Amino acid sequence: MAKVHVSTTVNGQPVDVLVEPNDSLLDTLRDGLGLTGTKEGCATGDCGACSVMLEGRLVCSCLVLGAEAEGKTIDTIEGVADGDGLHVLQQKFLEHAALQCGICTPGFIVAAKALLEKNPKPDETTIRYWLAGNLCRCTGYDKIVRAVQDAANELASPA
Amino acid sequence: MGDYAYAAPATVDSTVELLSSSADSGTRTQVLAGGTDVLVQMRSIDRGARLIVDIKQLAETNVLSIGEDEIYIGAAIPSAILNENAELKGKLPGLIESADLIGSTQIQGRATIGGNLCNSSPAGDTIPALIANSAVCHIVGADGERDVPVEEFVTGVGTNCMAPHEFLLGLRVPTPKGNTGDAYLRFIPRTEMDIAVAGAGVRLTLDDSGTCTTARVGIGAVAPTALVVPEAADALIGTQVDDDALDAAAAACSAAASPITDKRGTVEYRVKVVGVLCKRAGAIARDRAKAS
Repeated sequence: MAKVHVSTTVNGQPVDVLVEPNDSLLDTLRDGLGLTGTKEGCATGDCGACSVMLEGRLVCSCLVLGAEAEGKTIDTIEGVADGDGLHVLQQKFLEHAALQCGICTPGFIVAAKALLEKNPKPDETTIRYWLAGNLCRCTGYDKIVRAVQDAANELASPA
Repeated sequence: MGDYAYAAPATVDSTVELLSSSADSGTRTQVLAGGTDVLVQMRSIDRGARLIVDIKQLAETNVLSIGEDEIYIGAAIPSAILNENAELKGKLPGLIESADLIGSTQIQGRATIGGNLCNSSPAGDTIPALIANSAVCHIVGADGERDVPVEEFVTGVGTNCMAPHEFLLGLRVPTPKGNTGDAYLRFIPRTEMDIAVAGAGVRLTLDDSGTCTTARVGIGAVAPTALVVPEAADALIGTQVDDDALDAAAAACSAAASPITDKRGTVEYRVKVVGVLCKRAGAIARDRAKAS
């Protein structure tokens, strides 16, 4: 199969990668670029574990082809922290114990970050609807929602 | 069997050329818009190699224009962008809601109305809403451009009228001109993210006395394809769209339905529910028309 050469920008860095024409963006990130923070859950767009930002929009990377990343801007969980400094959302997920097994966590963080950038003060219903495409089988969601609310409060009025 | 390949042509002409030459050489092609159905199918029920032709780079498939007579929705525009457009949402709230019902935030960022139509599922939520809005498919291919009404586009479960050298450029929807409202409702056994058990879309126009002058009703998930139900529209036209008229429209929808029994619902249930949905959507469309 003829590979496709893709030039794209991931977490602000220009990268070049060869992909199979039917590789997903998730395959490309994990296997082609070694960015394994983005997880594969269902691979059918139902669970949100593979959530990334594509051109500033939240998508499931399992439902995008790697080849479609040509010339595009992608942001993944690896770009959320600032060096060793955790993003507020990451800190709040730890403080609220909003994770157990952790497979869903990168997707939740990326999705919640997208929400807070669009809507800095979401109410609980808005948070739950926005995150409805992210499945967690450990926490029962409450701790995740509390962590996002707390992060929103802190971002609105930094301690 | 051949190999997978990917192309993202820059022009409509080169897209048609690629689709035509592939058809001539027996190469299977797959037109790709948002990919939320295509990629899932490629990994499960249909893994066969093909040339994936991505139409998202085309200027024409990204056109969103709201004209005096026609609203044009390019085939590659994701639901999230449609939903963020307040003017569009104000003019066609029912159609935009039908797209907004589909999938999570992540899916909304990719999924398109054009793709929902071309996937041609009996339960595609946008299709009854498009039918109610008298939408027309703008298709281009080796023989040039052609327009096909949405109710004639889907020919069966997962099949449509397009030849291998053709693809959908966009959808033309008549711009509502005052006293007009549309609505789409579906039933699913949970609150979000499921496939319709039944769905109904209604668009109607009232005159100054509140009498319905035109109406269109589309129903989904109750037959191999979404259907236009002229009998339901006739039951509304000339009335105040009161309960009696809505009951008559509901009965017409139930009569037009020929569903199957599957894990989502039985024949009896779907026949009843599609009528209820028509009644409720009709009332919403009426109230929107009065408010417009």
